[in-house]
Amino acid sequence: MNAFWIILTGSLVATCCSLLGCYLILRRMAMVGDAISHAVLPGIVIAFLLSGSRDTVPMLIGAGLLGVLTTFLIEFFHRYARVQADAAIGVTFTSLFAIGIILISVFAGQVDLDQDCVLYGEIAYVPLDLWLTDNGLSYGPRTIWTLGVVTLLILSFIVIGYKELFLTAFDPAYAAAIGISTSLWYYLLMTAVSLTTVASFESVGAILVVAFIVGPPATAYLLTDNFKTMLILSVILGVIASFSGYYLAVWLDGSIAGAIATVTGVEFILALCFSPQRGLLLKRRTLQPV
Amino acid sequence: MNEFLEFFSFADANVRFVTIGSILLASSSAVVGCFSLLRKRALVGDAVAHAVLPGVCLAFILSGTKNPFILLLGAFITGWFSLVVIDFITARTRIKEDTAIGLVLSVFFGIGILLLTSIQHSGNAAQSGLDKFLFGKAASLVGEDLIVFSVVAVLLLVATIVFYKELMLLCFDQAYARTIGFPVRALELLLTTLTVFAVVVGIQAVGVVLMAAMLITPAAAARFWTEKLPVMLLIAAVMGAFSGLAGAFVSYTAPSMPTGPWIVLIISLIAILSFAFAPGRGWVSRIIRQRRNRSRILDENILKLLYQVGELKENFTDAQSITELMQRRHLPQNSILKGLKKLQCEGFVSKQQNGWLLTEEGRIRGRRVVRLHRLWELYLTQYLELPSDHVHEDAETIEHIITPELEEKLMEELNYPALDPHQSKIPL
Repeated sequence: MNAFWIILTGSLVATCCSLLGCYLILRRMAMVGDAISHAVLPGIVIAFLLSGSRDTVPMLIGAGLLGVLTTFLIEFFHRYARVQADAAIGVTFTSLFAIGIILISVFAGQVDLDQDCVLYGEIAYVPLDLWLTDNGLSYGPRTIWTLGVVTLLILSFIVIGYKELFLTAFDPAYAAAIGISTSLWYYLLMTAVSLTTVASFESVGAILVVAFIVGPPATAYLLTDNFKTMLILSVILGVIASFSGYYLAVWLDGSIAGAIATVTGVEFILALCFSPQRGLLLKRRTLQPV
Repeated sequence: MNEFLEFFSFADANVRFVTIGSILLASSSAVVGCFSLLRKRALVGDAVAHAVLPGVCLAFILSGTKNPFILLLGAFITGWFSLVVIDFITARTRIKEDTAIGLVLSVFFGIGILLLTSIQHSGNAAQSGLDKFLFGKAASLVGEDLIVFSVVAVLLLVATIVFYKELMLLCFDQAYARTIGFPVRALELLLTTLTVFAVVVGIQAVGVVLMAAMLITPAAAARFWTEKLPVMLLIAAVMGAFSGLAGAFVSYTAPSMPTGPWIVLIISLIAILSFAFAPGRGWVSRIIRQRRNRSRILDENILKLLYQVGELKENFTDAQSITELMQRRHLPQNSILKGLKKLQCEGFVSKQQNGWLLTEEGRIRGRRVVRLHRLWELYLTQYLELPSDHVHEDAETIEHIITPELEEKLMEELNYPALDPHQSKIPL
């Protein structure tokens, strides 16, 4: 049963992250996902200090706000202060992360948080934190419920806003011309990314979030030209990675998050070599001179 | 104050090590960071920092010891390999660089974490301390670390000085460098190697995540203060050194404070202040410049308007009322009033009972704007063969920008014309 809960957690995180990741990598903002996943740390610490507990809701709010603040700061540095885009990302997330670590050390006695838990989480503890009602009924692990709700939110966000998200990613000028607010959808997307990061950080850590945001979408991008196929394919790849990553971790007796990230890398290498249209090993055949 | 003196007397050997180590590390990575920033590859430092971990773990598994040089060698190899992979993916597939960086970063780090946890769970007692590569340990630097830092810092500085010209060309004009026969591939490799060196050493002090800041932040800040590369390198190094010193000081006064994050926080504050207040490129000074330009354009438009009305009535000695001006050209009334008041203070217009009058200086300046406007219209119709009803908008903008030298040149090109395309007189 534990294996099932862990793989389910991984798959839920994979679904949210990969779906959003498709939009991020097409907008060339993969590193913004990385930045947000690190920069939420001070938000989590502050929420923890204010609420005094590890309850999910205050943490979601705290980290969600920080995530949006991160995007806002990156935009601000880039657009108004004309800092080069990649430098704006680098400066923003490292300074926020530094603030987070400093806050942890200042309130070391009161904060039951670790920077390594933020970095690579501990998915193996998911089945231990059960949601029990007063009369002793168990509804399964808490994390599954949180992640399930977030996954539903993300799914409905993408289904409802499919057209807008699609247009603002591929042709922002056209989107603006037919009256879609590009910045509104940009910030909505970023809010969704922060929400996902925060919901998954406790169980899988920042590094797996980044791996899911970038890995499966990049792999799917090598395999198809159709955007809908890419979305579905990246979810499938993410779920496969969670499944096989779990057993790799059991075999090597190591971190599950690390193993899942490793598998996303393996998937990418396989696609890189054997993709029907673009695989490096198969491409030669299609490039025959006419 | 007492603590301040105690700290700066450097009597305590530990204080000496931590301070000198932080300064060396921060300034040498700042110098290397300048080059990667200018090549628009600031975030590869982040990828290298993450990719170091599997190398350390593999080196430990293969050698079974924690000999720092073997671990560093492993770190160096995977860090270097990660950059090669990023380049390969970007060059050979349709995947963009940011995605490649994110992918390499997370997968390498994932492998590293998998190996690290696997080692930790294996019960090998020798493994403790490997995770210092994750989070750094600037506060516990010892003499041995200092020697490594100094060697690397000197190495990086010497390499930068020796290959200064080549690296500069690589950053600013790679195509030209290739044309004149520079070994561009080799130079890229050199820069990659320098970056990996800086990261591998620095990571032990500040940790994986914050290493990116040591490379990017001082360089991004220095970029705002100068347009010259040597000055930028110097400023970045000084900023890095200062934050290293300040970070060491903070963690000295409050021993529970981690050194690395404070170094990063201080350098980030310096950077944010630079983004905002640096003269020339900074945010505030750009706003001031914009505002100044806007007000100059308004001034010149008002003077032009007064001149045109006077020209129409062939009379520059009667005052014009605001309503009359507004009829000819619609400007917001309060900005016209504000502009007129400012011009009055500067002596370009004077206020009469029934309106406003150009002074002698005002008439000369207004006439110049009108002349530039009409000259430009004529130039566009003659040289670009634009129809005469298409040229007004363009002239409206350029009339505020043309310098006296350009004006002279235009007059010459157009052979000192008398009439513009709309048959209005070009005033001399």
